[in-house]
Amino acid sequence: MKINVTINGETRTDDVEPRTLLVHYIREMRGLTGTHIGCDTSQCGACTVLVDGLAVKSCTMFAVQADDATIQTIEGVATDEALHPVQEAFWLEHGLQCGYCTPGMVITLMQVLERNPNPTEADVRRGIAGNLCRCTGYQNIVASAMRAAETMRGETR
Amino acid sequence: MIPAAFEYHAPKTLRQAVATLRRYDGEARVLAGGMSLVPMMKLRLANLAAVVDLSKIDGLAFIDETANGLAIGPMTTHYAVESSDVVRRVAPILAETAALVGDVQVRNRGTIGGSVAHADPAADLPAALLALEATFIVAGGPRRRTIRADKMFVDAYTSALNEGEIIAEVRVPAMASGTGWSYQKLANRASRFAVVGIAALVATDEAGACTRARVAVTGAGPAPVRARATERYLVGKQLTPANIAKAAARATNGIEFLGDVHGSPEYREHLTAELTKRALTEASERMG
Ligand SMILES: Cc1cc2nc3c(=O)[nH]c(=O)nc-3n(C[C@H](O)[C@H](O)[C@H](O)COP(=O)(O)OP(=O)(O)OC[C@H]3O[C@@H](n4cnc5c(N)ncnc54)[C@H](O)[C@@H]3O)c2cc1C
Ligand code: FES
Ligand code: FES
Repeated sequence: MKINVTINGETRTDDVEPRTLLVHYIREMRGLTGTHIGCDTSQCGACTVLVDGLAVKSCTMFAVQADDATIQTIEGVATDEALHPVQEAFWLEHGLQCGYCTPGMVITLMQVLERNPNPTEADVRRGIAGNLCRCTGYQNIVASAMRAAETMRGETR
Repeated sequence: MIPAAFEYHAPKTLRQAVATLRRYDGEARVLAGGMSLVPMMKLRLANLAAVVDLSKIDGLAFIDETANGLAIGPMTTHYAVESSDVVRRVAPILAETAALVGDVQVRNRGTIGGSVAHADPAADLPAALLALEATFIVAGGPRRRTIRADKMFVDAYTSALNEGEIIAEVRVPAMASGTGWSYQKLANRASRFAVVGIAALVATDEAGACTRARVAVTGAGPAPVRARATERYLVGKQLTPANIAKAAARATNGIEFLGDVHGSPEYREHLTAELTKRALTEASERMG
């Protein structure tokens, strides 16, 4: 089946089988391997991307469902000049260890902070309930999110 | 894991969707948010000849206020329900329950119609919809029919829908003013599904006697159910801690408790009474 998908500003038409998962389309056909696969049960969130502005688990969606959609993956988050504030905060707060969960964490937190610019730590923890960090670095991930929220609100430390 | 091959259809109308389903004679299913169906296909628990995606049909995602409550489209996502001012005002227990489903990503795609049709014994929304006495308008049969919430959830993963029927609308009666509400669940740590979840609505008269109590239990047995013995016990009584405790103990009546890695039958039985007590307590504190 022919699908037309825009990823990080680049539109392409590709032929996919209906059973092709969006995550495989992104990684294998579009060559964007920043989106990870961490489980078979839709629970880890490593595959999270924004589809038409909504954080979704790309392992739990068929590529054909993304026909005509606009997708942002981790590769499309920074500009040439600057990291996204969430990425910057992960760097400053040591929000990653092995980094496997990081792309999904960053994308999910972008959504969480867009919806709630002034979250409590509890809000952040609820917000990343669908993202598992196998290195268990949650303290620093939450600290990163709190710092990113401050930056995005225009506050400085 | 990759599902077995299937044909994909994305009809533009509900009528075409029904016709396509019929053509595959039980070998096809509709795809809504895919948060239950796609994992089942990946694990090859569902092997389908075809999938009929409802997402290209206009007008299936809506939340409308009606004369006596809400009309909600089947493709309305959990996020849309949780963040809707209208739902928060007219049936706040539904918004609060939707906000506790899974995680951000699941709520962005999972739908109310899919949650009801899938009839997962541990799903959250069915409990709230039972307590609210919601009804479902179903297309696909000889004529549209209405199914009451207390007739919808038949068994684990079995709803009252016939082959080829599609939920076209969810009708939710407004919560009468003054009604207190609560949804309490012990969430499975990994998936957030309810090990047990309790939805409770209560109202009292001016003297403090309970005029109406509606309690529903999910996660405990093969299908979510109303806790009728709890409801009957409370009506006419004051909502004191002692009466709430006695009513809550009756919530376990008639349930065939499930046992699995998340909890033994005994544990679920204990949770059912305990969470019912908490739900009734919070609901009684929230009466307007
Ligand atoms: C990681 C994870 C965690 C989750 N946690 C929870 C949780 O805590 N609580 C909870 O309640 N749920 C949870 N869910 C399930 C989620 O709520 C799903 O959204 C829901 O069960 C199914 O809705 P859907 O729109 O995704 O349906 P789909 O997966 O698309 O469909 C499910 C089934 O319903 C049928 N169907 C869909 N729409 C209709 C319709 N309109 N008419 C007739 N049949 C229809 C399909 O054919 C299919 O058989 C979780 C899911 C995941 C992946
Ligand atoms: S790979 Fe998608 S949730 Fe784990
Ligand atoms: S940093 Fe290793 S999985 Fe999160």
